[in-house]
Amino acid sequence: MSHQTAKRVRITSPRTTTGRPRRVVVTEEIDAQTALGEVYLRSLMRSQLRLAVGVLSLLTVTLGALPLLFATAPQTRRWELLGVPMPWLALGLLAYPAVIGAGWWYVRQAERTEARFAELAGE
Amino acid sequence: MNPTYGAIAVAMVAVATVAVGAFGLRISRTTSDFYVASRSVGPVLNASAIGGEYLSAASYLGAAGLILAFGADMLWYPVGWTAGYLVLLVLVAAPLRRSGAYTIPDFAEIRLESTQARQSATLLVVLIGWLYLLPQFQGAGLTLRTVTGAPLWVGEVGVALVVLVNVLSGGMRSITFVQAFQYWLKLTALLVPVAFLLLAWRGDGAPTPGGEWTLPLDGAADHELYRTYSLILATFLGTMGLPHVLVRFYTNPDGRAARRTTLLVLCLLAMFYVLPAVYGVLGRVYAPDLIGEGRTDAVVLELPARILGGIGGDLLGALLAAGAFAAFMSTSSGLAVSVAGVLSQDVLSQHAWGRRLSGVAGFRVATILAVTVPLVLALAAQRLPVANSVALAFAVAASTLCPLLVLGIWWPRLTDAGAIAGMGAGGIASGLAVMVTIVSSDRSGWLGALLSQPAAWTVPLGFVVMIAVSLATPHRMAPGVLRTMVRLHTPEQLDLNRGNWHPERSQG
Repeated sequence: MSHQTAKRVRITSPRTTTGRPRRVVVTEEIDAQTALGEVYLRSLMRSQLRLAVGVLSLLTVTLGALPLLFATAPQTRRWELLGVPMPWLALGLLAYPAVIGAGWWYVRQAERTEARFAELAGE
Repeated sequence: MNPTYGAIAVAMVAVATVAVGAFGLRISRTTSDFYVASRSVGPVLNASAIGGEYLSAASYLGAAGLILAFGADMLWYPVGWTAGYLVLLVLVAAPLRRSGAYTIPDFAEIRLESTQARQSATLLVVLIGWLYLLPQFQGAGLTLRTVTGAPLWVGEVGVALVVLVNVLSGGMRSITFVQAFQYWLKLTALLVPVAFLLLAWRGDGAPTPGGEWTLPLDGAADHELYRTYSLILATFLGTMGLPHVLVRFYTNPDGRAARRTTLLVLCLLAMFYVLPAVYGVLGRVYAPDLIGEGRTDAVVLELPARILGGIGGDLLGALLAAGAFAAFMSTSSGLAVSVAGVLSQDVLSQHAWGRRLSGVAGFRVATILAVTVPLVLALAAQRLPVANSVALAFAVAASTLCPLLVLGIWWPRLTDAGAIAGMGAGGIASGLAVMVTIVSSDRSGWLGALLSQPAAWTVPLGFVVMIAVSLATPHRMAPGVLRTMVRLHTPEQLDLNRGNWHPERSQG
């Protein structure tokens, strides 16, 4: 006879009908336009807006700051890399992959936010 | 340049455009087909179509011309036209698709639940559309004159006719095929000659233009810093408000696809927009006399003949002319469809017109109106450089429809009164600036700078008025605004009540 292992027995509390919290269905809360539903909706909007503002701020302090840089430090206009003047390199070439990169990052983050929200609401 | 090759190339593009359009004709049946191609367009085709529609005469000819004339500061035009799509992507792409709106007036109605707000947006869409069509027609006249020596009006009327035939025969579905085809045609037409031109340029010992011209803010115009930032605001924010841009978003199946399509569009635009600078620089070396003649918009077309000469130069020149014509026709077709859609939905179908025109018949009458008004203006109006006058359309869009979309999507407290007041203030201010700029010839001094690059003050004006009046009229908040926010922001896979607004049931 092989030695017996103790069998686990799960102890559960007795089922009672009193005091059980009602399960929150987020989609129902949103449809009924309850205060809770509105909190969920606003938190989704806020995270998406924060993301958008983040990307736009990045755009402002990089590309958007260039004219100010050229105006306040005119010698930067004459910087060269491999014989190409810096303004031409930045605006004629580098700006484009930078914009695509920012867009790619935004799409990924926005889809993640939505997936999290869907998970939360789909329960 | 040899006029025969050029004329043949231009004629071929016109015939191909109509032929590809006719292919779409067999498929388009219902009104919904006419407006938005029934939402069954794949992402690459859709992104190419958006790119094809967006790359206008200003992008194809105008940007290179301005760079030739004014140097580094003008690099902001192509950069702004690309970055405008990034701003559109992060602020409006997915919510706009989810709104289910065909047009910006549709959006105004869904969000603000107000007929007056809808009508204000309609007025602006038509005005911006016409303002944008005008330089397209003028650019076509210029191209045909450069290529064949024909008088300006021939190209203007010719493009208007092709657009008319094309839109009348197929509507949006055919336009989708045509636009996608024309993006790749435009890219090829600009890219292939660049390879040959750069080879010849290297053979010449790679001469580069020097001097102040290569520097940004070089003092060639007054108040350059203001003008630069104003241009940046106009292009970055105006893109989302262009009438022909939004309608394309409806052809994505959902909000997520709208985002991904926009990202694809960014890639396509970036590939295209590195090219005008090359033409501008080469033009500065090989065709500086165009500046004195005031024909800088023709630099792209003239370079092959000047640098290469011979039959090679002629053939490449013909290819460039073909691409330029594609640019006019695709952008004008897209604009004509959008303006006509709005006109037929909101103006012609009103009972006040005696006989109510609706459905396909209304759309056809509206198309004729949408094309002839700017054509008459183009024939009559004074000539600004193409890219400048397109930038004015961007400034109006950025001052009016941009605040409407951005605040409408992200700020639940926007009211119809606020939206109307903001669009009115931004529209009147930027519209007057545009009118003065078109009519007067003096664009120097502070006043000239403020009027010829109005966005830096008219965009904040539009936003501030919209916000202030909304805050003052909280009782006018749309009753269903929360439901609308659910519609705009939640992913489609969730089973939620999003209201039941549908564009085809609505008659403004």
